[in-house]
Amino acid sequence: MLSAADVRAAAQSRIRLELLANLVRKDLKVKYKNSALGFLWSLANPLLYLVVFDLVFSVFLKNGVPYYAVMFMSGLLVWNFFNLSTLSATGVVVGSANLVRKVRFPRVVLPLASVGFAAVHFVLQMLVFFAFLLVFYRAFIGPQLVLLLPALAVVLVFTVAMALLVSALNVRYRDVEHLLEILLLAWFWLTPIVYPIRVVQEQLVPKHLFAFFMANPMTAVVTSIQRAIYRYPVVIEKGAPVKVLATGGYSFYLKWLGVAAFISVVLLGIGLVVFRHMQADFAEEL
Amino acid sequence: MADAVISARGVGKRFLIHHQRATSLKERFLQTRRSKAEEFWALRDIDLDIHGGETVGLIGANGSGKSTLLKLLAGILEPTVGSVRVRGRVASLLELGAGFNGELTGRENIYLNASILGLTRREINRNFDSIVEFSGLEQFIDNQVKHYSSGQYVRLGFAIAVHVDPDVLLVDEVLAVGDEAFQAKCLAKITEFQERGCTILFVTHAVDLVPRLCSRGLVLDHGRVLHDGDALEAAERLRTLLGTAPDQSGGAAGASSALRITGVRMVDPSARSAHKGEFQVGEPLAVEVDVAVGAEPPPAAAVRVAVTGPADVPMWVMDAEEEHFEPNGNWTVRFFVKELPPIQGIFALAVALREPGGRALDARRFSEALRVIGSGEHGLVDVAWTIERTEEEERAEPSASRRPRAAGDRGRR
Repeated sequence: MLSAADVRAAAQSRIRLELLANLVRKDLKVKYKNSALGFLWSLANPLLYLVVFDLVFSVFLKNGVPYYAVMFMSGLLVWNFFNLSTLSATGVVVGSANLVRKVRFPRVVLPLASVGFAAVHFVLQMLVFFAFLLVFYRAFIGPQLVLLLPALAVVLVFTVAMALLVSALNVRYRDVEHLLEILLLAWFWLTPIVYPIRVVQEQLVPKHLFAFFMANPMTAVVTSIQRAIYRYPVVIEKGAPVKVLATGGYSFYLKWLGVAAFISVVLLGIGLVVFRHMQADFAEEL
Repeated sequence: MADAVISARGVGKRFLIHHQRATSLKERFLQTRRSKAEEFWALRDIDLDIHGGETVGLIGANGSGKSTLLKLLAGILEPTVGSVRVRGRVASLLELGAGFNGELTGRENIYLNASILGLTRREINRNFDSIVEFSGLEQFIDNQVKHYSSGQYVRLGFAIAVHVDPDVLLVDEVLAVGDEAFQAKCLAKITEFQERGCTILFVTHAVDLVPRLCSRGLVLDHGRVLHDGDALEAAERLRTLLGTAPDQSGGAAGASSALRITGVRMVDPSARSAHKGEFQVGEPLAVEVDVAVGAEPPPAAAVRVAVTGPADVPMWVMDAEEEHFEPNGNWTVRFFVKELPPIQGIFALAVALREPGGRALDARRFSEALRVIGSGEHGLVDVAWTIERTEEEERAEPSASRRPRAAGDRGRR
């Protein structure tokens, strides 16, 4: 039997969406306070990347990928979501020390709010990206966009799992932060965002290493999103076919998304256990 | 017991003291062989049942585990052994304004902070005006909190915390911050919570507060419960423990050896020299002050007795005339109060021997020397008041609603 008092007590330790929303709103407000352009700044980073990478890879290096900008942005935005979530989750518990030490509230909302903060940016950047596609590359919009749904679901679970892990571990081992920065840089280049997946599929020897390459959940997510937005695995340019994405139909993408989903769920389980175990000591460690 | 609001069973809390704590993986790995952290039990074998509506004062020396216990009950720390259960919504005033964000305005911080403390948006909307009014920051509520003074910061934090509408209130020394007016406001709010049936546990170093506010006192010593029971006894136990019992303290700096105050007694004047601990409002009282005079002829001096209430505010002051005490003797100066004023409470006595110029030759303070009990009505002061009801024919003016409307004539005394 739960009395009214127990219900009220539970409200203080349950993860409430409203609290989560308030924390995300706070982060957004703090970030864009006193800035005239406000949220537009968050578009500056992907745009700059786009200009620089387009210049380097389609002009200087001539990688020969048609519509390189579309392929690149499809992967970059979701990577940025993952990158920003984990990096800000790393410091979030440590950064909220005075709250954690003095107030009772469900600590798990802190890393979740980091993910929420990055998600708001991601959604808005995607909206701008889609507006751009609608105006300039209408041909890319098609039914294959449905593939976005499982890909985004997987990346959300994976990102939450990583955020829980790093936020909890960083309280005790502060070098998680530094480690992660380096790790994420390597991770970025090992995920086919800048270069097309096809290059890896064809040039990686021995062949069975490709499975390891694909086992990276971010690779499964990024290639699926590329498949959804870039639409054509093989593009005919100047009469000659150019292979960009992995061929093999949707089953290829769904298979690797399935693997990524499995890894993500296992990691989420580990993340929850680790977070729950370590949060008992948060107030002491800080 | 099942109906306890706060219960702790066999609770212990161990801290590990790392002389050089490994906060990085490298250190962690390098230290494995000699990572002998020192154990420190901040709390041990704590069994506690606090029932609904109780107000418990938690006192003890520094490092006795008071704050640790409070944090365990607040759910901020977890016990190493044993279990803690708290039923109902908890408001912990451990640090006011913890979690404020300086970049946000007062208004935004109210919503954020209250949400962290467990309020829903609807509850916050409902309480918003009341929070702002209580904080007294109406003009500044849309300013960024980083521009607030520390007093304003704390006031806003307190205003939010008390609007959590708690079932259990945990207070840690917050009464020590802020100016006197703010402290009075805090105390008034605590009394209000008591009347509402809220369970309160508070940590304080102001031992005098405990018998005044609490129905029960808990003394902690080195992580164990030394006393659990009567609040006044708790205060006395702690004073004995700390060596600050009233009779051992005192003696103003540079008290002249020629003239010293050696004791004070509360006496019923009708029965001479019968020491009495408790007086009724309206009863007569005699205060006897013992003065010891040394071998040297002392300067002319006058005895002053100040009866002080909460926060050492003097309630009334009695001055004797100057006199030349003869050397080598013990004297007693008696002050007679014909009728104790209608003020209830536990009062301290500040007794001083003053030179004509006003300089104190000796001064001593006797806390909780005088207990005055009244008719049992609520409040510190017994004011005679009446009530009447008039029927209104029309309510034209808006102020009409403030007119008393209750029936009957309730004269007192």
